[in-house]
Amino acid sequence: MSGIGVTLRTLHDDERDLEQDLLAAAERHRVEHEFHHIATDVARWSREHATRLAALGRDHGLDLSGPRDHPSPGALAALREKASQALGRRPETGLLLLHDLRDLHLAAVRNSLHWEMLAQAAQATRDERLLELVSACHPQTLRQMRWTNTMIKVLSPQLLVSA
Amino acid sequence: MDSSTDRIARPWGARTPYAPGTPWPARTDLHLADGVREEDVERWVRSASLLHSNGDAMDIAVRGGRIVGVRGRAADRVNRGRLGPKDLYGWQANHSPDRLTRPLVREDGRLVESDWDTAMDRIASRTRTLLDERGPGAVGFYTTGQLFLEEYYTLAVLAHAGVRTNHLDGNTRLCTATAAEALKESFGSDGQPGSYEDIDHADTIALFGHNAAETQTVLWMRMLDRLEGSDPPRLLCVDPRYTPVARRADVHLAPRPGTNVALLNALLHEIIRTGRIDHDYIGAHTVGFDELVSRVEACTPTWAAEICDVPAAQIERAAELLGGARRLLSTVLQGVYQSHQASAAAVQVNNLHLIRGMLGRPGCGLLQMNGQPTAENTRECGANGDLPGFRNWQNDQHVAELAEIWNVEPDDIPHYGPPTHAMQMFRYAEQGSLGMLWISGTNPAVSLPELARIRSVLAQERLFVVVQDLFLTETAQLADVVLPAGTWGEKTGTFTNADRTVHLSEKAVEPPGEARADLDIFLDFAARMDFRDKDGAPLIGWRDPQGAFAAWQRCSAGRPCDYTGLSYEKLRTTGSGIQWPCTEDAPDGTARLYTDGIAYAHPDRCESYGKDMVTGATVTPVEYRSLNPEGKAVIKAAEYLPPHEDRSPGYPLQLITGRTVYHFHTRTKTGRAPELNAAAPDVWAEISPAEAAAQGLSDGDLVQVATPRGAIRARLRTTAIRDGVVFVPFHYGYWDTPQGYRPPDDGPGRAANETTITDWDPLSKQPLFKTAAARMTLVARRGTGHATDTDGTGTEGSTA
Repeated sequence: MSGIGVTLRTLHDDERDLEQDLLAAAERHRVEHEFHHIATDVARWSREHATRLAALGRDHGLDLSGPRDHPSPGALAALREKASQALGRRPETGLLLLHDLRDLHLAAVRNSLHWEMLAQAAQATRDERLLELVSACHPQTLRQMRWTNTMIKVLSPQLLVSA
Repeated sequence: MDSSTDRIARPWGARTPYAPGTPWPARTDLHLADGVREEDVERWVRSASLLHSNGDAMDIAVRGGRIVGVRGRAADRVNRGRLGPKDLYGWQANHSPDRLTRPLVREDGRLVESDWDTAMDRIASRTRTLLDERGPGAVGFYTTGQLFLEEYYTLAVLAHAGVRTNHLDGNTRLCTATAAEALKESFGSDGQPGSYEDIDHADTIALFGHNAAETQTVLWMRMLDRLEGSDPPRLLCVDPRYTPVARRADVHLAPRPGTNVALLNALLHEIIRTGRIDHDYIGAHTVGFDELVSRVEACTPTWAAEICDVPAAQIERAAELLGGARRLLSTVLQGVYQSHQASAAAVQVNNLHLIRGMLGRPGCGLLQMNGQPTAENTRECGANGDLPGFRNWQNDQHVAELAEIWNVEPDDIPHYGPPTHAMQMFRYAEQGSLGMLWISGTNPAVSLPELARIRSVLAQERLFVVVQDLFLTETAQLADVVLPAGTWGEKTGTFTNADRTVHLSEKAVEPPGEARADLDIFLDFAARMDFRDKDGAPLIGWRDPQGAFAAWQRCSAGRPCDYTGLSYEKLRTTGSGIQWPCTEDAPDGTARLYTDGIAYAHPDRCESYGKDMVTGATVTPVEYRSLNPEGKAVIKAAEYLPPHEDRSPGYPLQLITGRTVYHFHTRTKTGRAPELNAAAPDVWAEISPAEAAAQGLSDGDLVQVATPRGAIRARLRTTAIRDGVVFVPFHYGYWDTPQGYRPPDDGPGRAANETTITDWDPLSKQPLFKTAAARMTLVARRGTGHATDTDGTGTEGSTA
C-alpha cells in the first residue's frame, strides 16, 4: 500500500473512532449540557469525514467501511446516561470531563496532522480530488480542536480550584 | 390626550398617521387611579417604563406620598407621549400589600423576619468563609435586566474587583444575550446600530421573530401609524404564529421552529443571486463576503423550503421585498434569540444589512432588540459578566485600563477566561463547586428552563442562596436570606432602552417598610466586606446614585457607550431622553452608529474577537488581527444544523414559549395589577385548529402539554399558528397558588418552563426556549369541573 493509502486508512479509522468517542462522551456527560450538545454536533463532522474518506479510498484501491452504524439507544447508552445523572452532583465528575476533553482534543490533533500530511502529498502529486477533500474537511478538524481547547480553558479554573 | 379608552381591549390606542420623513405626531396617554383627576396630582416625577425594553418616557403622578398614576411624556423621542398597557396599569404593583418590608433569614428550615444587620452580616460572613476556604470561584451573582445603571455598575465593580469572581451574569442572558453576541460578531462590539427614528424613514420593515405588537407596544404603534399614513412601508414578518404583526405584513413567513439559519441563508442566497448587493460598501467596510457567497451558494429557496416547510415562492417574495428595499429597517427578537442557532441566525440579519449597505442612514437601520427595560445597562456596565464599557477580556490593554480606573492591579480582575454565564453558574451550583448565589431582581425558579432541576439546585443545603426582590417570589421562597428591595418610583437612577436612549428615573415615593434601594444594598455589602483598592482606599468610593453615575461616566469614556456628555441635570432639563454615545463633541447624543464606516471593530478597540459559529470556540487575538487588521465589519457565514431536539412519534409537536401583551417576566408586578391580571389570569396553550381537530381537541379543553422534562396543564386556545407547533406563555408560576413555589405534589404545574429543554446557544449562551419536542393530551373537556383544581391555580374564571 502506498504511503497515501496508509495515511488515508489511518485517518479514516481515526475519524470513525472520534465520532464514536464524541458521542460516547456526550452521553457520559449528559448533565454538562453545552458539552453534550456540541459534542453531538461536531461528531457529525467526523462522520462526514469518514464517509468521504471511504469514498475517496476506493480510488486508491482501499476498502474502507465508512462510519459505524449509530448504536440504537439501547441498554448501554441508557446506562451511561443514568450514571451521568447520578454522578452529576459530585465534583469529581468535573475532573472526568476535563480528561475526556483532553483525550478528544488529542485525537483531533492527531487527525489534523494526518490531514496536513495528505494536503502536502496531494499538492506534490497534484491530486485535486484529494486536495479538495482535505480543504473541505481539515478546517472542521481544526474547529474540533479549538472547541475542546476553549472548553478546557473555560472549565479548568472552576473544576480544578473551587471543586 | 388619550385617557378614556380601555387600553386592555385596545392595547395600541388610537392612530395618529404620518408620512415618511415627517416627525411622529405626539399623543399623550394618561391613566390615574379611580377618582383622581389630573389637577389632584401634587407632583409629577420624571421616569420611564420598567416593564419592557422600549423605554417609554413618563411622569409618575404622586398624591399623599403614593403613586396615583402615570402620564406619557410628549416631548420624548421614544414614545412622543404614548404608553402601553403595562405602563398604564403596572405601577399599581408598587403598593401591593404583599411587598416585602423586612429582611428574612432562614431559621430551622423556615424563613423568619429579621433585620438588616443580621441579614447582611450573614451574607458577608458566608462570603468571607467561602473566599477563605474555596476562593472566589465559589461565589456567584445572578442579577437582572430591571435594576438601574448605577446599581449594575456598582455590582460589577464589587464582583469583578472586590470578590474577584468570574461568576456574574444577568437574566439578560435569557432575553438579550444574543443581541449583544450578534453585534460583537459582526461589528466587533456591542452597541445598537439603529434608531427608532428609522421607522419614520424606512420603506421596508422586516421583523424577524419579533412580535413587536405585544413585546414593545409603543414601537408597534409607531409602525402602525406609518402603515396608516401616506406612502406606507412594506412589512415582512417571520414568525411561526399569525401575530398582529403577521396580520399587517405584506409577506409572512412561518418557518418550522429551529430553522432560522436555513431560511436566512436562502434569503441571502436570493439577494446575492439577483445582484441586489452594494459592492462599494462591501469592499470599503467588510471582510468575509466571499465566504458568505460560497456558504449560501447551495442554499436555494427550494432547499430551504424543504427544511423550513415554507413555500419556495414565499421565500422568493420575501427576498424580493428585502432586495428591493431602498431604506430597510430590520428588527430581531426572541423568535431568533431563543431558538436553535440563535447567534448564527441573528448574525445573518446583520449580514443582510452589510451586503446591502443599509446602515447608518435614516431608514437604513438594524435593531437587535432587547427584552427587558434596563438590559442595555446590564450589558454595558458588565453586570452580565463582560468587562464594563464593552472592554475585551482577551485584550491586556483593556484590562490594564480598567485596573487603572479602579486603582487595582490588572491581575485583581479575573480575565483568564470568558465570564461564567447563568446556565453554567447553575451547573456549578448543581455540581457543588459554587457555594453561594446572590440573585437580585429575577426569578429563576420560574424563568429558567427545566424547573424541576432548577428548584432542586436552589434547594440544596450546601448552596447559600440570597434573593433580593420586591416580593416573596418562587425563588425567594427557596432562599436562605431574602432582602426587601425598593423599585422604580422608589429610588433614583438612569436606564437605557434598546435604541441607546438614556432616561433619568427619579424617586417619587418612599419604599415600603424597611425596603432599600438595590444600590444601597450593594454599597452596604461592599462596606461590610471592606473591599479596598491597591492604595488601601475603599474600592467603591461613592455613596449615592449620582456618585455611581459619575464613576460610570469615567469608566465609559472613550468607549462606544460613552456617557461623558450626560448628567442628571441635563437629563432633567432636556425634554427627551438622550442616545449614547453622548460626549463633548456630540452633546445631543448620537442617533445612529456606523454612519461613517465601522467604528469599533479594530483589533485594538473591539470588545470581542468573535467565536466559532457552531462550537462557540473563541477566536484568538492573532487570528482576528490577521482576518480583520483594519477593523471592518466581519461577515460571518453559518451552516444550518438540525435542532438538538426534534419531533418524534412520542413527542410529535414542537413547543415554543413566549411573552404576551399583558404580562412581563414572571408576573411579579403585572400579576398584581388588577387590569393586567384580569386580562390574562391563567396559563393557556395554543395550537392550530387543524392540529386540534386532528387530535380531537377543541377550544377551552383542559390539556396536558408534556415533554421529556415535565408537564403542565392549561386551557387550549386554537389560534392561527403553524400546524405541529404549540405555544405557551412563559409568565405563569406558583406564587398565587396554594403551593407557593412549585407544582402540586400530585400533578403537573402551570409554568411553561417545567417542560423546556436545558440547551443554550453556544455563542451567546442564551437558553433555547423555542426548540423542544412535546405532546398534547386531553385532561378534561371544556366546561367540565376539574379545571381550577387540577391546574392548581385556584383562580376563578380561568375555566372555559
